[in-house]
Amino acid sequence: MTATETYKIGARSGVGVSSQRPDAVPKATGEFPFSSDLSSHNMLWGKTLRSPYPSARIRNIDYSEALAISGVHAILTASDVPGKNLFGLEHPDQPVLADDIVRYAGEPIALVAAEHPEIAADAISRIHVDFEVLNPLVDAESAVTADPIHPEGNVIRHLLIDYGDPTSSGDVTVEGTYEVGMQDQAFMGTESGMAVPSPDGSVDLYISTQWLHSDQNQIIEALNLPEDMVRLTLAGVGGAFGGREDVSMHVHLCMLALHTGRPVKMIYDRNESFLGHVHRHPAKIWYRHHANKDGLLVKVEGKIILDGGAYASTTSAVLANACCFSTGPYKVDNAQIEGWGVRTNNPPCGAMRGFGNVQTCFAIEAQMDKIASALGIDPVELRLKNALEPGDQIITGQKITGAAPVKEVISSLADHPMPEPAINDLLARPGGTGRTTDQKHVKRGVGFAVSIKNLMFAEGFDDSSEALCEVNDGSVAIHTACVEVGQGFVTLVHQIAEEVLGVSDITVIPADTSIGSAGSTSASRQTWMSGGAVLKACEAVVVNLIEQIAKEEGIKYENLDGTLVSEDGTKTIPIAEALRGRSFQEKVVHRHAPTFPLDEKGQGNAHVSFAFAAHRAVVDVDQELGLVRVVEIATSQDVGRILNPIQAVGQIEGGITQGLGLAVLEELVMKNGVIQNANFTDYLLPTALDTPPIEIASLIEEPEPGAPFGAKGIGEPPTISSTPAVVAAIRDATGLDLRRVPVRPEDIALE
Amino acid sequence: MSRVTQDHLSVNGTKFTIDDSWLGESLLYTLRERLGLYGSKNACEQGECGSCSIMLDETLVCACLVLTGSAIGRDIKTIESLAPEGSLSVIQQAFVDAGAIQCGFCTPGLLVTIEDFLDDNAEPTELEIREAISGNLCRCTGYGRIVEAVRIASKASTDTEGTADDGN
Amino acid sequence: MEVLIASSAEEICELLGQDNSRQLLAGGTDFMVEVNYRHRSPSSVIAIDRVPELRNWHHDGDSVVIGACVTYREIERGPLATLVPALAQAARTVGSPQIRNAGTIGGNIGTASPAGDMIPVLSALGAEVSLRSSEGKRAISLDDLIVGVKQTSLVQGEFIESVRVPVLESPQEFLKVGSRSAMVISVTSLALITYPKTQSVGIGLGAVNPRPTRAWQAEEFIKGFLNWESMQVDPSGLDRFKELVSEASRPIDDHRSIAAYRRHSIGVLAQRALTRIFSERSPSV
Repeated sequence: MTATETYKIGARSGVGVSSQRPDAVPKATGEFPFSSDLSSHNMLWGKTLRSPYPSARIRNIDYSEALAISGVHAILTASDVPGKNLFGLEHPDQPVLADDIVRYAGEPIALVAAEHPEIAADAISRIHVDFEVLNPLVDAESAVTADPIHPEGNVIRHLLIDYGDPTSSGDVTVEGTYEVGMQDQAFMGTESGMAVPSPDGSVDLYISTQWLHSDQNQIIEALNLPEDMVRLTLAGVGGAFGGREDVSMHVHLCMLALHTGRPVKMIYDRNESFLGHVHRHPAKIWYRHHANKDGLLVKVEGKIILDGGAYASTTSAVLANACCFSTGPYKVDNAQIEGWGVRTNNPPCGAMRGFGNVQTCFAIEAQMDKIASALGIDPVELRLKNALEPGDQIITGQKITGAAPVKEVISSLADHPMPEPAINDLLARPGGTGRTTDQKHVKRGVGFAVSIKNLMFAEGFDDSSEALCEVNDGSVAIHTACVEVGQGFVTLVHQIAEEVLGVSDITVIPADTSIGSAGSTSASRQTWMSGGAVLKACEAVVVNLIEQIAKEEGIKYENLDGTLVSEDGTKTIPIAEALRGRSFQEKVVHRHAPTFPLDEKGQGNAHVSFAFAAHRAVVDVDQELGLVRVVEIATSQDVGRILNPIQAVGQIEGGITQGLGLAVLEELVMKNGVIQNANFTDYLLPTALDTPPIEIASLIEEPEPGAPFGAKGIGEPPTISSTPAVVAAIRDATGLDLRRVPVRPEDIALE
Repeated sequence: MSRVTQDHLSVNGTKFTIDDSWLGESLLYTLRERLGLYGSKNACEQGECGSCSIMLDETLVCACLVLTGSAIGRDIKTIESLAPEGSLSVIQQAFVDAGAIQCGFCTPGLLVTIEDFLDDNAEPTELEIREAISGNLCRCTGYGRIVEAVRIASKASTDTEGTADDGN
Repeated sequence: MEVLIASSAEEICELLGQDNSRQLLAGGTDFMVEVNYRHRSPSSVIAIDRVPELRNWHHDGDSVVIGACVTYREIERGPLATLVPALAQAARTVGSPQIRNAGTIGGNIGTASPAGDMIPVLSALGAEVSLRSSEGKRAISLDDLIVGVKQTSLVQGEFIESVRVPVLESPQEFLKVGSRSAMVISVTSLALITYPKTQSVGIGLGAVNPRPTRAWQAEEFIKGFLNWESMQVDPSGLDRFKELVSEASRPIDDHRSIAAYRRHSIGVLAQRALTRIFSERSPSV
């Protein structure tokens, strides 16, 4: 079915229905306040001076001319950082402001606060930095042995997975080297925020981000302030996709505000946004797959290099994912994987939706098709034969104890009807309004790919989320620090409260640091973690309610689906009614089952849960010109349980479109460490004309044990096997090898 | 000779007094930071994303590409004018109903664009819809629910027209 | 910034006559991008997009004269689309609906980007541009007006008033390669105009040279292979035709594409444009 007439938005109600987003109306009227819409009386505008060079020593910074400009209130450099001049998501290795060395083009060097953004921009252009330009290290492969560009060295992480028998081999081997270009999250709402200082030396930061508390931890170190003097409140977020997990302007804003004593607002323009956040790791991946004649995989050998750029960000975790899932959603008894996350003078890379699984999935699925071809087995058949099942081990030795309907995901998609042949319409052909292509130039191709994604954080990270359910005279309020980036958690909060308490009109207290951490909105974890915390907090209220009534009336009630039923069955009260006149406060911290680090052989129960997805792409290709039109992408996904169908569909369609982007459109083009296309003119996001209808073949609901409501995270799987499916389809249409994404016209036309 | 000496902009039927120093700003900046009309969004300032789409003399344009001074004496309509007080226009309601809103940053630009488009083409095909919104980038939704919203809105509008005719 | 709104072409002349450093603003689709990113900071701007003479077009014998401020949208739809179909086809590929509503043909010429979409069509049509200043008027061929990458031979104080193109009522084609289906800068583009009266074709190349370029040699070569009565082309000439078109291009490598692809694709565009108009048929012995 197409995703659909069947998903009708209804009034707010419990879990499992397409409840309307509580912020839908203000977003539709334009009244919803994004972080760039903030304003304050007496406000100044901040701006950042960034390094034009990927590698240079700073000999001197002269900002006297800039400071003299009328309307400029402050210019700050590294020496003005009150505390530690280092921050970092996994560990602090990145300067708040560059001191004597810059390591990537775009690295922040100085800050300006002025009356008007134009004055601030003018001041920036008049800060004179004396650089000693150095030769940048831009090749990831040579980074391992090159002179270190950072005191911590050039190898951010080196990981080995040694699983099974290294001497094993198969009847056939298939080998290939694959490359993934640098993709960008390119969220629509650029970085923005406002810091408001208080006379007591504290500061309030209103910011778009993914993780308030991680930001807070890094800011207080840099400002040398205690936690209660740096308060963060979430401002409206215009998308994230991993690009907001790292600190960007946070410390800068606070520094300017505290220094000037005035509120300071900052907005990155699109060009600066590209420079101001981490990107998806470009990757070079070599695999050698061994399989037997019957199609069963025997061993996978692999070498993976991720270019982490100048600072570590989350390179370590991304590498772990890339390596751990190097064999894909398939059973393999033997694997020898070696991975490096390295440091170069390229722009820093970190989290982007899919987080390491994207890069290796592209290579794995290409290999699977090659094996199928070598053995004369149908590519879907091959995948079914090797599909993981519950109880199987992945190559870290971890057993899959949860739901793993991989075979069902694959076959439900394979069974889905194919689209109609192309209609004779200019816009339906490759080249579109460019009128390059007639129907006779077009060849259709089909590609299939399957993926695995680990949900939530890994390797022993103590992940948690805190939620407060507060009842005041029957009125319910819920508070978490869970960041809404567009994914629809705000809707879920209402649905959970309604499901448990039967109350539809609840107050959601704005996310801020006055409550405990909700963890990051990433890793497909929030439904499980923050949804789980909200669920538990609401349930705790019900427990408390029952206790209170028992004390007052001497009657023991039981909760039956939102209604309290007395032990003798004679009295019933809906919970919502029972709450009237009563007050409760339940704060809970929700954790998932513990995970463990990987040992020196890459073995360990490092992951919480796994989700599987498959994608089938149909493309029309004009091979002579190398132009591709994606006709349809169909998918089946393992979702545990759907909590809001229309939102689930939205996440899937959006994720698939990002996968399409990586397949044929999106790449930050680097030249000697400098991004050549840091703008929307030349960093090409899919438009509505590039994006085909998305067909949902099946959303498989096999409840995940341990997951609140049995629901698996659904945000990332759509971005992972969609890319290789599109490329496989292009290979099918053209017969070309295509070892690199994004595939460009010249890659097809000039072969 | 027409030196710009008028000191006001006409936005959504209201006259806003403006300062000479604003004439060289982009209309997008003026609307947002000067007039407090934050509904139009800035996602690129290059005309590549459509998030600042407004109507200028009944023509759909990007506000970031309009010089405030050159908008004097022109009729400007922004997202804020789409819904009369307290109720949503047909297309706004359709967006809400179809699940076409996620982060919402592209939403105002899309709504202005589609409102203009449906005025011109009441029963569009899917490809016509996609071409009409090809200047509006969305990173969250993959456009599926947005196209569905346009279909719902165009059906709703034509249904209403049908009813009106029947009434006669 | 001082902003002046001109209400006639004469006024523009006057204002430029007073101060020829004043900058002209039409649709803003190039101008404002530069202002927004601080590559252009004018102190005085003349908005010219309300000047009736510049906003209109009219017939003049067997030509149309298109005012500099006629928008892509007006060229894409409406009567001009029937009169100059290749120009309409090109206009449809520019930017987005928002851009097409604001951007103008004069702006496209004045910006003189090698990837400008109007330019190959105007070149193939042998377009003549009318320039005006307080000193008077002069006419210049488009190919002579654009002298380099983003460089025109406009003198200070001069502006583009209109562009004249023939109304041919014969087949014409515009093709454009870009990596995306919408809002894309040309990687290569090509216009092919047929001139039945002289039994010749005009081929304008886009995004492969610093200046407007005609593929003269290809135009000359293919003459011998065209049958204008049956509207057929002898396919034995197509390979060499393609080669000659490619040879007329001097493409570069940049972040959008590589020279080898541009050289290859411009030949393919030429062949496809030609064979859409002239069906392939070997002449009978």
